[in-house]
Amino acid sequence: MMTMDTVWILLIGSLVATSCALVGCFLVLRRLSMLGDAISHAVLPGIVLAFLLTGSRNIGFMLIGAMAMGMLTAFLTDVLSRFGKLQSDAAMGVTFTWLFAIGVILVSKFTGMVDLDVDCVLYGEIVLAPLDVIEWEGRGFGPRAVWLTGIVCVANILFVLLGYKQLKVCAFDAGLAASIGISVGLWHYLLMGFVSLTTVASFESVGAILVVAMLIVPPNTAYLLTDRLSHMLLIAVGVGILSAVGGFLLATWLDGAIAAAMAVVSGVFYTLAALFGPRHGVLAKHRAHRQLDLPFSEEAELES
Amino acid sequence: MKSTTIESLPPWLEFFTFPSVNVLHVLLGCIILGVSAGLLGSFAFLRKRSLLGDALSHAALPGVCMAFMLTGTKNPAVILCGAVLSCWVGALAIEWIVKYTRCKEDSALGMVLSVFFGLGILLLTHIQKSGQAAQSGLDKFLFGQAASLVERDLYILGGLGLFLCFVVMLAFKEFKIVSFDPDFAQAVGLPVRLVEFSLATLIVLAVCIGLQAVGVVLMAAMLVTPAAAARYWTNNLSRMLWLATLFGGLSGAIGAYVSYLSVKMPTGPWMVVAVTSIFIGSFLFAPQRGALARARRHRLFRQKTAKENILRTTYKFAEQAGRWDTPVSMSELLQHREMSMAQLRKTISRLTRAGFMDEAHAGLFYLTAAGKEEAERVTRLHRLWELYLMTKLEIAPDHVHDDAEEIEHILTPDLERRLLQELEGELTDPHGQQIPGGPTATAEGSPSK
Repeated sequence: MMTMDTVWILLIGSLVATSCALVGCFLVLRRLSMLGDAISHAVLPGIVLAFLLTGSRNIGFMLIGAMAMGMLTAFLTDVLSRFGKLQSDAAMGVTFTWLFAIGVILVSKFTGMVDLDVDCVLYGEIVLAPLDVIEWEGRGFGPRAVWLTGIVCVANILFVLLGYKQLKVCAFDAGLAASIGISVGLWHYLLMGFVSLTTVASFESVGAILVVAMLIVPPNTAYLLTDRLSHMLLIAVGVGILSAVGGFLLATWLDGAIAAAMAVVSGVFYTLAALFGPRHGVLAKHRAHRQLDLPFSEEAELES
Repeated sequence: MKSTTIESLPPWLEFFTFPSVNVLHVLLGCIILGVSAGLLGSFAFLRKRSLLGDALSHAALPGVCMAFMLTGTKNPAVILCGAVLSCWVGALAIEWIVKYTRCKEDSALGMVLSVFFGLGILLLTHIQKSGQAAQSGLDKFLFGQAASLVERDLYILGGLGLFLCFVVMLAFKEFKIVSFDPDFAQAVGLPVRLVEFSLATLIVLAVCIGLQAVGVVLMAAMLVTPAAAARYWTNNLSRMLWLATLFGGLSGAIGAYVSYLSVKMPTGPWMVVAVTSIFIGSFLFAPQRGALARARRHRLFRQKTAKENILRTTYKFAEQAGRWDTPVSMSELLQHREMSMAQLRKTISRLTRAGFMDEAHAGLFYLTAAGKEEAERVTRLHRLWELYLMTKLEIAPDHVHDDAEEIEHILTPDLERRLLQELEGELTDPHGQQIPGGPTATAEGSPSK
């Protein structure tokens, strides 16, 4: 049953999940959850332009173009909210939809020349390709995606390990960070850079929707289960990998898109954590309330 | 072929004669979409939930697929019902997450977006794999296809659009209060939950109107961008709503127009590009809140501050020398003011042009009569404020200077009069210097002791 392709798919899924969960935790803590969604749409014109300018489907050029657009999104959002006095979510919304629209126009304009399908860019090859594992990740093709996501994953791990202190302080208390001499702006843009890199590198193999889900759903699940940042990172990675495996099983069972199924499974994990989480789950909180109420109601009964 | 091209107008004009009924359909559909999205998006924007539209439009997909799976038809009414229902479940999920878990609003939006959309894609691929032939066209909900609008769609969209406008008009006051200040709304006894709920439902409807024409992602733009653009022009809600609907409708029309001119061009993205251009124009050029206007105000204020500072410093030198037209050198001024030589030069040349200062010899400047008056006014404000802080607020004399340094540029003549009255003709400031022009103003303003 476990063919080589299955192994590759699970490996790619897990690598993407790990990369996303690591940077995603900081996005969630800094209340920038929608940024993954924004960047994953905004990179479209970058990919198309890179293709048009170089005429090749070389993944390197596309990565550079996409990275540039990702950073541009973060930068424009910053400019609009600072100089335009716009709420940052609105600034983000205006920026990424605009870039995405330009990307779609470029694709339509050069549709004869560009062998790029919008669906393909945004949703991996999931929407259109019939779900045949071999077609989804051909033998000669698979390892490259593994390499790419693997390198990005290592980069992310190094980034979080080396910048752990700075990222932590910036996420929880930007004012403190500035006062102890950490450049908040620098670390913000470094984080944005790694989010862009992760988002872009994961496109080819899994598509945007899984990236968006993996960036925020596992970290939020972890957020419900622990109060320590280091634990949150580890739990998020674990939940991400479990979602990847679970999604693969679900997709096989339903005969549907693997990446989409992985996103759905991560949602299931979140719901479970939200309901049954030991301390922050809804039921636990409900029970705590009940226990608090009990003495009062007993008293009330005694009095009556 | 030849005869038609000769007889017909150039395409950019021909559009306005509505050569086919289809063109009219697309145009009307886009305008309705833009108007309703602009209108409801404004409320989402004011409630600081600009990306709600983005999340909800993605959340529509599983409903679209389920409606198709259950009924097997592509009847737009059925599909629309599915979309509305699933958007609505998404909206409830967002509310639930924000209310009952510790996760923040942005996370709630993002999670609903990605998980619902993932579910939608999963169902879509499942439908495709199960080989139902009629499925082709479901995925147009992803990117939208305004050209596919037919008359039947238009009735549904138009009816919904009118309904939305009507409800907003009826419940304008309630929406307004709840958007700006939910706590106040609660206090005056409005059913806040109900109002929020109906507002969310209306936004869901607006999203669903747009899905077919512009698709999931670009629908988000039509909800955010018109409202964000309109906000730059006014502080008044009803005016903002009018502007947002206008911007939305206009960009709808532009999108339809461009896609008519070039068949390959998709309508939705051009709508978004149009509305974003309007946004950029507003961001830069709006008279009060625009970036350029604000930068200009900022610059003017900095210039004013620099001028007044130089006048006051020159006056101080003159005062110490005992003659108000004592010339002062630039290096002396620089010792007392933190500015660069270039800034000082510019400021002095502005003052000379305004007739407040004049050059005695090379590099030596003195106050003119008008300059003296102006310098006295600024010095008076500065010293009055120091005195006020010390006598009325009982702040130590060595702590009052910095505060006065800032406020001297801001105090209005009215406040100046009030200060003079409060201080009742005190003649010297905390540092023992005379308050210029004080006594005369006091003699007019308040009864002598």
